[in-house]
Amino acid sequence: MQTLLRKTVFPVLGNEDLFDMEDAAKVEVPEGSVALTTDSFTVKPLFFPGGDIGKLSICGTVNDLAMRGAKPLFMTLALVLEEGLSFNKLEKALESVGKWAREAGVKIVSGDTKVVERGFADGMYINTTGVGVIFEGKEVSIRGAKEGDVLIINGFVGDHGMAVMNARESIFSDANLSSDCAPLWGLVDTMQDAACLHALRDPTRGGLGAALKEMAQASGCHLEIWEEDIPVRAPVEAACEMLGLDPLFVANEGKLLCAVAPLDADTVLCAMRSHPYGKEARIIGEVVSGKPGEVTVRTSMGTRRPLRMPSGEQLPRIC
Amino acid sequence: MCLAIPAEVVEVIEGEIAVVDFGDAKKRVSLALVDGVEKGDFVLVHAGFAIEKVDAEEALKTRQLFEELERLNEAN
Amino acid sequence: MKLIEEYRNPAVMKELAEKVKELGVRSTLMEVCGTHTMAISRFGLRSFLPPEVDLVSGPGCPVCVTADRDIDRAIALSAIGDVTLATFGDMVRVPGSRSSLQEASASGANVKVVYSPLEALEMAKSDRERKIVFLGIGFETTAPAVAATIIEAKRENINNFFVLSLHKLVPPALRALAELPDFHVDGFILPGHVSTIIGSKAYEFLASEYGIPGVIAGFEPTDVMRAIYMLLRMQKEEAEIAIEYTRAVKPNGNRKAIETMHEVFEPCDAEWRGLFRLAGSGLLLRENYKEFDAGEWEVDVPPPLEKKGCRCGDVLCGRIKPMECGLFGKTCTPETPVGPCMVSSEGTCASYYLYCDE
Repeated sequence: MQTLLRKTVFPVLGNEDLFDMEDAAKVEVPEGSVALTTDSFTVKPLFFPGGDIGKLSICGTVNDLAMRGAKPLFMTLALVLEEGLSFNKLEKALESVGKWAREAGVKIVSGDTKVVERGFADGMYINTTGVGVIFEGKEVSIRGAKEGDVLIINGFVGDHGMAVMNARESIFSDANLSSDCAPLWGLVDTMQDAACLHALRDPTRGGLGAALKEMAQASGCHLEIWEEDIPVRAPVEAACEMLGLDPLFVANEGKLLCAVAPLDADTVLCAMRSHPYGKEARIIGEVVSGKPGEVTVRTSMGTRRPLRMPSGEQLPRIC
Repeated sequence: MCLAIPAEVVEVIEGEIAVVDFGDAKKRVSLALVDGVEKGDFVLVHAGFAIEKVDAEEALKTRQLFEELERLNEAN
Repeated sequence: MKLIEEYRNPAVMKELAEKVKELGVRSTLMEVCGTHTMAISRFGLRSFLPPEVDLVSGPGCPVCVTADRDIDRAIALSAIGDVTLATFGDMVRVPGSRSSLQEASASGANVKVVYSPLEALEMAKSDRERKIVFLGIGFETTAPAVAATIIEAKRENINNFFVLSLHKLVPPALRALAELPDFHVDGFILPGHVSTIIGSKAYEFLASEYGIPGVIAGFEPTDVMRAIYMLLRMQKEEAEIAIEYTRAVKPNGNRKAIETMHEVFEPCDAEWRGLFRLAGSGLLLRENYKEFDAGEWEVDVPPPLEKKGCRCGDVLCGRIKPMECGLFGKTCTPETPVGPCMVSSEGTCASYYLYCDE
């Protein structure tokens, strides 16, 4: 195990602090509130167009911090490896961890590795815990949406879920499907420089639909979204039609949903579009008066319907 | 279920298999149930099979009908 | 998406809605196909209709009309040691009378989701030790694809590929509905892709024998609205069977697909949820293809248990709307479905639950 750590894990992570082998890392946090989050990652296949489990494990945690307005600083990394996992795959995943940690500006300060019997852990699981700092006046929460706010998304929805599903199931032989997995702190930072953000949420597993519902419930307000303004790429739309899925409930890993005051909308949009992860940013709806905790969809036909959550797991249909 | 999106045939392989495109998403489908499919045709796909060609002329007729309706609507 | 966008034009929709209103016909129409049910709910088409026009759903979701007894049988097959049951995804969560394929899979049965019967055949080819049983669910749209796969299996001599044929035919079900004493539907919005295969002539009896008009509709919102308009006009004038979906449907259907289906299958009696046993409404493998028939296997299937309070059967015949079922939205939700209509993405109850106001 020591050899594995020294030869494989540490070098790719590129962090000399890990070499001192203390039981716990000591870190300095700048003045402000500390934000703390943890998440475990499992994905099949481990590598897919646009990402891999390593990138996912960094971005997922970085984004959870960013949604609170926290600048990500440190991270722990715990690996659960299936016996027999190829060295090559492990190395590739770890290289990705290192690359995206650097990209996101976080330092991996502590870690752990366990090996479990063959047949468990789907190759590998990763758990990351992130520590970030919320500077004074920069806190954002999911509770802050107010009536009159506009709702903004930073780009196309459903890319991650469909890219992974296609990599796993080979629905298409050749498709322009790629995960949107990306670390979003830089984008949030840019947005915060432009204006005060009322509420943020990253629409991950349950898709944009779940994020909207959660924001409506947490903020105690009513959201309305405009179906024809929600950006969906053609292959994602085709795959969804084919499988009977609603792109609103397909997973994203590099998206954020933001509520801002209407007067700030243009400034925020402009700032977002100047950032690589916000080029396709657009307004998709607004906070309206109505039953708190609910979301209404204005369809492309101009009709309105309530947004309901489908069952936890969307299963592709066929017949 | 019925997959409503017509797919464009981009390649026919030995008259038995077609590569069809749903819009930046390609798939191989069997041509066992439809005769005379050619590159450039639009087909309906169900469960891995092309089940019928979409009649472009008829589609155009419907479109013209709709355009007329739209003009009527705008005139009102 | 090509050949789609033009059928989703709100201005055209408004104009069609106006014309429907002008007719002023009181009418209850049944959309037979689950994909239509979903389109109507998803695009909120009911709000374009005047109060005197009502839409009810019919038995057009293949998963929903599959009887508990047949699901129980599929589950029993999946539990056989050397069997892998290959099925379309929407069948996996459908509850039989005791459990679902998903639950069976969690307790060790081998269940695999496929998107095409050809994938199941590939599975059989790549592992000749295992018996691959494909669960043949679906109407005339799906049956020819399954038939073509069976023909391929015979040609290649693949003897570990089998089909449990639970296929159903639409016209016999519509006849059974029309015969029901309490059936009060003034017109049928007929399925798009079933009709692609069987053609419009297959429904002539509805107009000629029962005086009920029918229009074969495409799946886009303006397609459905135009079909409604055509049906209301027929109600005023004369009942006939017409095609709105002319870009994909012909009077005689797809002859090659029909021939393929008839080569492999012959009609048989079949049990429908809500409609009981209907003569000639199912498809059985012909003698020449019997070696692929998993329906012949001896398996122990206990008699089905009745689901208390579930009214899927009544929903499927258009007798009640989902919210009239006491379980709807209470004990029966997409998360914890009691009946199949709440499971399938095309199920009437699921589409009402996801897309409609109470």
